[in-house]
Amino acid sequence: MAASAERNPPPFPAAEEGEAVLGNMADGDSDEGEDIFVSKINPVSRGVSQPNHVPEEPPDLFGDTSDAAAKSNGVHSDDDSDLFADAHTDVSTETHGSSDRKEPSSARPGVSGLQPTSLEQLEEEEGKDSFDVDVAVTNPEKVGDGMNAYMAFKVSTRTSLPMFRSKAFSVRRRFSDFLGLYEKMSVKQSLQGCIIPPPPEKSVVGMTKVKVGMDDPSSVEFVERRRAALERYLQRVVSHPLLIQDPDVREFLEREDLPRAVNTQTLSGAGFLKMINKASDAVNKMTIKMNESDTWFEDKFQEVENEEQQLRKLHAMVDSLVNHRKELCGNTAVFSKSMAMLGNSEDNTALSRALSQLAEVEDKMEQLHQEQAASDYFIFAELLADYIRLLASVRVGTNTEDCRNRRFLTPSRSLAACSGPWRDHVVFTTTATQGCFDQRIRAWQRWQEAQSTLQKKREAEAKLLWANKPDKLQQAKEEIAEWEARVTQYERDFDRTAMTVRKEVLRFEKQKAKDFKSQIIKYLEAMLQSQQRLIKFWEAFLPEAKAIA
Amino acid sequence: MMEEVKEGASALSVHGHNVKVTEALKDGDALTFLIVSEKLSGTGEYHVHRTYEDLEWLQHNLFSQEDVPGIQGVIFPPLPARPQVNPPAKAVKQLGVLALGEWQPYCRALETFLQQVASHGTLCKNKAVETFLTDADPPGKQRARRNLFNRLSQAVEELRKEGHKDVDEFFHAERGRNAVATGGAKNAAERFLDVVLTQQKIAVACGHFSAALHLCVEPGEDPDKQAFSKLCVKLSEVFESMKKNMMNVAENNVNTLGLGLDLESRYQEAEREMLFRRTCKMVEVENARRNAERAKPVKKAAMEEVKRATEDEFGHISKVAKDEVARFQGSRVQMLQRALVRWCEQQLLTARQSAEQLSQHLQAVRALGPRPA
Repeated sequence: MAASAERNPPPFPAAEEGEAVLGNMADGDSDEGEDIFVSKINPVSRGVSQPNHVPEEPPDLFGDTSDAAAKSNGVHSDDDSDLFADAHTDVSTETHGSSDRKEPSSARPGVSGLQPTSLEQLEEEEGKDSFDVDVAVTNPEKVGDGMNAYMAFKVSTRTSLPMFRSKAFSVRRRFSDFLGLYEKMSVKQSLQGCIIPPPPEKSVVGMTKVKVGMDDPSSVEFVERRRAALERYLQRVVSHPLLIQDPDVREFLEREDLPRAVNTQTLSGAGFLKMINKASDAVNKMTIKMNESDTWFEDKFQEVENEEQQLRKLHAMVDSLVNHRKELCGNTAVFSKSMAMLGNSEDNTALSRALSQLAEVEDKMEQLHQEQAASDYFIFAELLADYIRLLASVRVGTNTEDCRNRRFLTPSRSLAACSGPWRDHVVFTTTATQGCFDQRIRAWQRWQEAQSTLQKKREAEAKLLWANKPDKLQQAKEEIAEWEARVTQYERDFDRTAMTVRKEVLRFEKQKAKDFKSQIIKYLEAMLQSQQRLIKFWEAFLPEAKAIA
Repeated sequence: MMEEVKEGASALSVHGHNVKVTEALKDGDALTFLIVSEKLSGTGEYHVHRTYEDLEWLQHNLFSQEDVPGIQGVIFPPLPARPQVNPPAKAVKQLGVLALGEWQPYCRALETFLQQVASHGTLCKNKAVETFLTDADPPGKQRARRNLFNRLSQAVEELRKEGHKDVDEFFHAERGRNAVATGGAKNAAERFLDVVLTQQKIAVACGHFSAALHLCVEPGEDPDKQAFSKLCVKLSEVFESMKKNMMNVAENNVNTLGLGLDLESRYQEAEREMLFRRTCKMVEVENARRNAERAKPVKKAAMEEVKRATEDEFGHISKVAKDEVARFQGSRVQMLQRALVRWCEQQLLTARQSAEQLSQHLQAVRALGPRPA
């Protein structure tokens, strides 16, 4: 079942209408759905168990194009020499007639009918876009020495979209580049209301080990985890219809030398989190609470909160399961040795041989357990972790998970709360960490504040009329005109953001169901393979056991 | 040990090879075992209730057969450790796999003990065995008496004799082999237990995950929500299957190889005790010879008599021991072979069942939504 054999080059945009990279999950129950989820017999490793192995240039990197889902990265098995023949075929190669672009209109409840044109326009644009973009993150390599060393990854893109310079290209990026991309996306006006996928978390411990040059299994696993997480992150980004259009995203994928992102130092730091919470506490009382008239948002928010809690529980359990499996690996290895010793000291030849065979069977089982642990981890634990972060970023923001504050921070007010060198950081990062729900609230508040300012300006004008100061009056009239325009603009922004949020949430839910389904299938396939190999081990051992005279 | 007693010369009125321990009943902090033996005459069965004290009584009687020549050369079938309903940690460790599975493995081990005793050419002749298996009333309580036959568990100075050089090449080799095998088997049994305990933990973890997934089922008519809920339910079923599978795997381990390694370990220990007894007797002989040599004329005759008697005993013991060792080596290979074959067969069956289930789950998930809008 070589996955590469089933791969076809991506079709040209003209031939495919609205073919989302993820979109084909919608046709999961068609006949061809089966092929999409064909996984290799042996789960692929990108160097997990081979500390010194630098993976070779793969024939085809683009395994997992479906749903930005996590790869099954098991321990490198003996039979698998092709490291990069991945689990999934290129989804967009299937010529399905339908796309899932139809969903927004029917699923969406009545939006404020302010701009029907733009809504239709958005839908049309979506319909036309073909999301033929594949990304893969591979080849982790340490660059430099000592504490200034860092890990560089190869980011390879394969696409048929005309906005890219070529069809297949790759660049090298480091972790902070990925964080920088997130930073840029989260402050963009054009992306307000979008659910920006959060990047993987920083890890001081993990990276320090790598820098120091440790080759132990946990360091190797750390690098692999990070690589897989970065890949999923990018896959989510490129499969988002708005994000893929963003020039920063394109630059990230294409540009040879990317300027170093500088503000990422403050992301994810514990000290930063404390500061953010302090700032948010300080402004709690000062912000305008939005009276939620649209219960849809209220309800959804609650759902998101609940779901996040549930996923956290699940994640904890999978973690526990992974640990037990690893424990089983250790126990099996030790048991295997004890049987080997028994075999060695046994006089009866046939029994001795059988015991030695048993020891070998146990060794093979240890590897199976290892792979199962990896499956549990990479398929479920990481999936759950991703969604916990995604939900958090929907609700509040990736760095303010502890802050259950539903009010937002306006730049001016947070500045009032903070002082000194942290001011700029607060402004920059508070905006970056606002989830899409908060962005909508913020848009609303900006609109309200503009209305309030407009009101004040009108009152000022009235006063000036009384006081009869014609020169100041002119200025007042100009200001009124300016603020009237702003009010209109902000109202439009609010509506647009609200609509984006609705769309995003619906898309997110659809995506979530697809993601989970795909992961469950991947998991079951891996487990099934495991069992089948186990059966073979037992079948091979049985005659040996019977042969003991 | 595995010598089947001939019909005519049978000391027992029941078949020795198929004694069964069918139940373990909790009685406060202790356990009572229901033991079933088939009458030789074919007219029915004996059902008796016995406690661990009764077993100790039996064992004591077997050890106390001083009139049987060379009895010390017998490798006594090892009795499992005392079972307790709420055992303290030390007792749990001592019991090993036998503490698991609601005492079912323990019953199997007890069965093996009784079958081996009842089938042993010399031991079965002891009246205590017949009484134990057939008498409706429980036998008398064991009196606390110094047990000559578990010398290794006694005074520390005795242990120094264990390394005493042997006069016989056969026994020299056997003692060497046994020393290695005892440690190895004990180690293997303990490591296997670790594997089983971890497998049980995994089963429990799968169960928790399965239960938690049910909580993720979201109400509502939204098709995407329903799709997600269905996936959660399905995944919950998958992990429930995985839990059951893991429990079966652990159970198979205990019931086959677990019992096998446990028995091997205890039997090697039993051989060790026999060899030690013989060694002690050997030392006695050497002392008796020395005494006889150095004895003053007055005592000489008496010392010579003692020497002769001791040498006789030693001769008997060594003869019996040689036979016992030969049988032991043969039967343990048979026992391990059976254990390994059954282990493999059961695990193979379980693995096939699991593969079948996973395959069905996979099909079911593939058929689920999300469906196109």
